[in-house]
Amino acid sequence: MKTLTFSQALNTSLRDSMEHDAKVVLMGEDIGKLGGVFRITDGLQKDFGEHRVIDTPLAESGIVGAAIGLAFRGYRPVVEIQFDGFVYPAFDQIVSQLAKMHFRSRGNVKLPVTIRIPFGGGIGSPEHHSESPEAYFAHTAGLRVVSPSNPQDAYTMLQQAIADDDPVIFLEPKRRYHVRGEVDTDLVPEPGSLYRAKVAREGADLTLIAYGPLVKTALDAADAAADEGIDIEVIDLRSIEPVDFATLSTSVRKTGRVVITHEAGKFAGIGAELAASLTERCFDHLDHAPVRVTGFDIPYPPAKLENHHLPDLDRILDGVDRAMRRNAPLLGEDG
Amino acid sequence: MSITFDSSTPEGAEDYLQILAPDGTRHPCPELDHWVEEIDIPALENLYIDMACIRRLDTEGTALQRQGELGLWAPLLGQEAAQIGSGRALEHDDFIFPSYREHGVAYCRGIDPHDLLRMWRGAAPSGWNPYEVNMANQQIVIGAQTLHAAGYAMGLKFDGSAAAAITYFGDGATSQGDVSEAMVFAASYQAPVVFFCQNNHWAISEPVTRQTAGYIADRAKGFGLATWRVDGNDVVAVLAATRAALAHVRTGSGPAFIEAVTYRMGAHTTADDPTRYRDALELEEWAAKDPLDRVAAHLDTLGADLAALRERAKQATDDMAAGLREAITTMPDPEVDDLFAHVYSHPHPWLEEQRENYANYLAGFAENVQASK
Repeated sequence: MKTLTFSQALNTSLRDSMEHDAKVVLMGEDIGKLGGVFRITDGLQKDFGEHRVIDTPLAESGIVGAAIGLAFRGYRPVVEIQFDGFVYPAFDQIVSQLAKMHFRSRGNVKLPVTIRIPFGGGIGSPEHHSESPEAYFAHTAGLRVVSPSNPQDAYTMLQQAIADDDPVIFLEPKRRYHVRGEVDTDLVPEPGSLYRAKVAREGADLTLIAYGPLVKTALDAADAAADEGIDIEVIDLRSIEPVDFATLSTSVRKTGRVVITHEAGKFAGIGAELAASLTERCFDHLDHAPVRVTGFDIPYPPAKLENHHLPDLDRILDGVDRAMRRNAPLLGEDG
Repeated sequence: MSITFDSSTPEGAEDYLQILAPDGTRHPCPELDHWVEEIDIPALENLYIDMACIRRLDTEGTALQRQGELGLWAPLLGQEAAQIGSGRALEHDDFIFPSYREHGVAYCRGIDPHDLLRMWRGAAPSGWNPYEVNMANQQIVIGAQTLHAAGYAMGLKFDGSAAAAITYFGDGATSQGDVSEAMVFAASYQAPVVFFCQNNHWAISEPVTRQTAGYIADRAKGFGLATWRVDGNDVVAVLAATRAALAHVRTGSGPAFIEAVTYRMGAHTTADDPTRYRDALELEEWAAKDPLDRVAAHLDTLGADLAALRERAKQATDDMAAGLREAITTMPDPEVDDLFAHVYSHPHPWLEEQRENYANYLAGFAENVQASK
C-alpha cells in the first residue's frame, strides 16, 4: 500500500502497463519531455524511449487516427487528449472509426485504444478547459466510457482500460488530480470489475449517484445529510457506458429515491438516461421521481461564475430535499 | 473585382510522367523506365487482362445494382490503370487502406466475389477479413483511412518491418483535414507509407478545381513527401511510379505521394446522375485516353497476337461475371442476431439485454403463427 496522489496513481498505472505489455504506447501532445501539461506521463519517455512515449503533432484527429493505425498493427495505444474541449477535432475518428471498426470488420479488427481525457471544471481556466463531454461518447455504440473518482480506481481502472480489447474513453477528473489516497498496486481486480459501480457509502433513505469529480462532493453531501437524519447511499458509477444497472437497481429498490448528479448539462445528459432507465426498472419501488442535479445547459462559463454552474454540496442537498419531499426546494421541481 | 475560377483541367500531357501515350506509342521516360524494365509482352498482356477483368467487375456491379441485387455500387470505370498499376506493384506484406472505390485493388489481393459484393448488397458491414488479405475494409468517410495508414506505417517502422502501407483516396479527399494530418504524421515520423491519390477529376459533382488551384502533387511536396505525378490511365507508368514510391519508403526515406491523373468515366455511385453537372465532350476527351486501348495498341506495335489476347480476356471476364452472379445468388441473408454481433469484443450487459428482448419479441410472433395454424 502506497500513498499516492490521483496523478501519481495514473503515472504509476501507465508505467506498470508499459512494463507489463511491450505493445502499450503512449501518444499525445507534450507528453514526452514535458510529461504532459498535468505531468501524468512524467518521466515515462526517459525510461521507455521516444517510440513508446510519442510526442505527436498538434492534431487531435491525427493522434486518434494514427492510434487506430497502430492498433491495426497490433499496438495498444493510450492517447492523451490535453483537455476535454480539444477532443472535438478527433470526433470523427472516435465515433465513426474507433467505435465502429470492430463491428465494420465483423470482429476481425480489434482496436484496444484508450483515450485519456482530463475532464470537468473547477480549475479556474478559460473556455474549452473544463468541459464534460461524456454523453457524446456514451451515446456512441462501440465505445466504453469510464471515470475513476479516487487514486486507487485511477490506478486500477486505467490498467483495466488499457488491457481491454475495446476502445475506452477514460475520463480523468482533473480537479481531483492532487487528491491523495492509499493505493494498493498489488491489487488484482476481478475480471469485468471495470464496468461495475461501487457503493461508496451505504444508506437506507436515498440513492445518490455520481461519478468522477462529484463522487467526493456526493460523499460530503451524504455526511452533511446524516446530520439531518437522512441516510444516503452514495454510488460511484465508475462506468458510464456500460452502466451497471444491477447495482443501481438494487440500491434504488431499497431506498425508493434517487438523485443523480454530474457537471455536464442536464438535457440529454447521463442523468437523463439513468433517470429514465431506473424509472423503467424500478417504477414500483419509487417514492419520488428521480431528481437530477447538474450543470446548466450553457457553454462552460467564465471561471468567476463556475461555482454557480457546478453542482456543489448545497445544490446536491437541495436535490435531496426535493427527492425526500422536505422543505421548500430552492430551485423548484425543474431546478 | 470578382474572383473567377478556371474550370478547365489544369494539367497537360507534359505535366505528368507517361510511358504509354494514348495511341499506344511508348515514350522514353528516364525517371520511370528502369522500374519497368522487365515488363515484356506477356506481362503487358497480364496487365491488360487484369484491367479487362476489373472493368467487367465494374460493369457487373452496376448491372447488379440496377437489377436490385446490390443496394449501391461505386463504379471504377476509367480508373483501371490506376488501380491495377498500383495494386500489382504491392508485395503481399504491404498493407492497404482503401476508400470505397478500390475494387480493382481488392481484385489484385485475390478477394473473392462474395467478399467484394457483400457490403454493397447490404448483407454485412464489410466484406473481408483485413488480416487475411492485408487490406483494410472499405472506408466511406472521405480521407479518414489515410490516418490509419500513417499510424500503421509508424508501427511498421517501430517493428523494423520491411513492409509498407499504402492508402488510396481521391482528389476530393485532399481537401479533408485528415489527409493533411496524415501527411504531417507520416512525414514527422518518416513512416513507410505511400499516399496514392486517384485524381479522377470529380468529387461527385465538384470538379478538382474546387479542391485546389494548383496541382495536388505540389501540395504533398509542401509536406516534405517524395512526390510523383503520373498519367493515371497509363498502367505501365502507374506500376513504375508505385514501385518507385514503395522503394523510396522502404529505404526509410520517409513517406511518398503519387497523384495518378485519371478520370471517373462513370457516376460517383449508382445513385448519382453525372449528366446534371458535366459535359459530354469531356467524357469523349477522356474516352480517347482509355487505359485498355492504349495497352492493346502498344501490344499491336510489339507484334503481339491481339486476337488471342482478346479471346483470353473474354474468357477471363466471362468467368469473372459468372463468379459474381454465382456469389449473389448463393449469398445468404444475414441473421437477425448479426445486428448485435461484434459491436463490442466482449459482452456488454445493455446490449445483451436488447438482443435477448428482441429475440423474445420475434419468438412471440413465431409462437402466434404456430398457434394460429
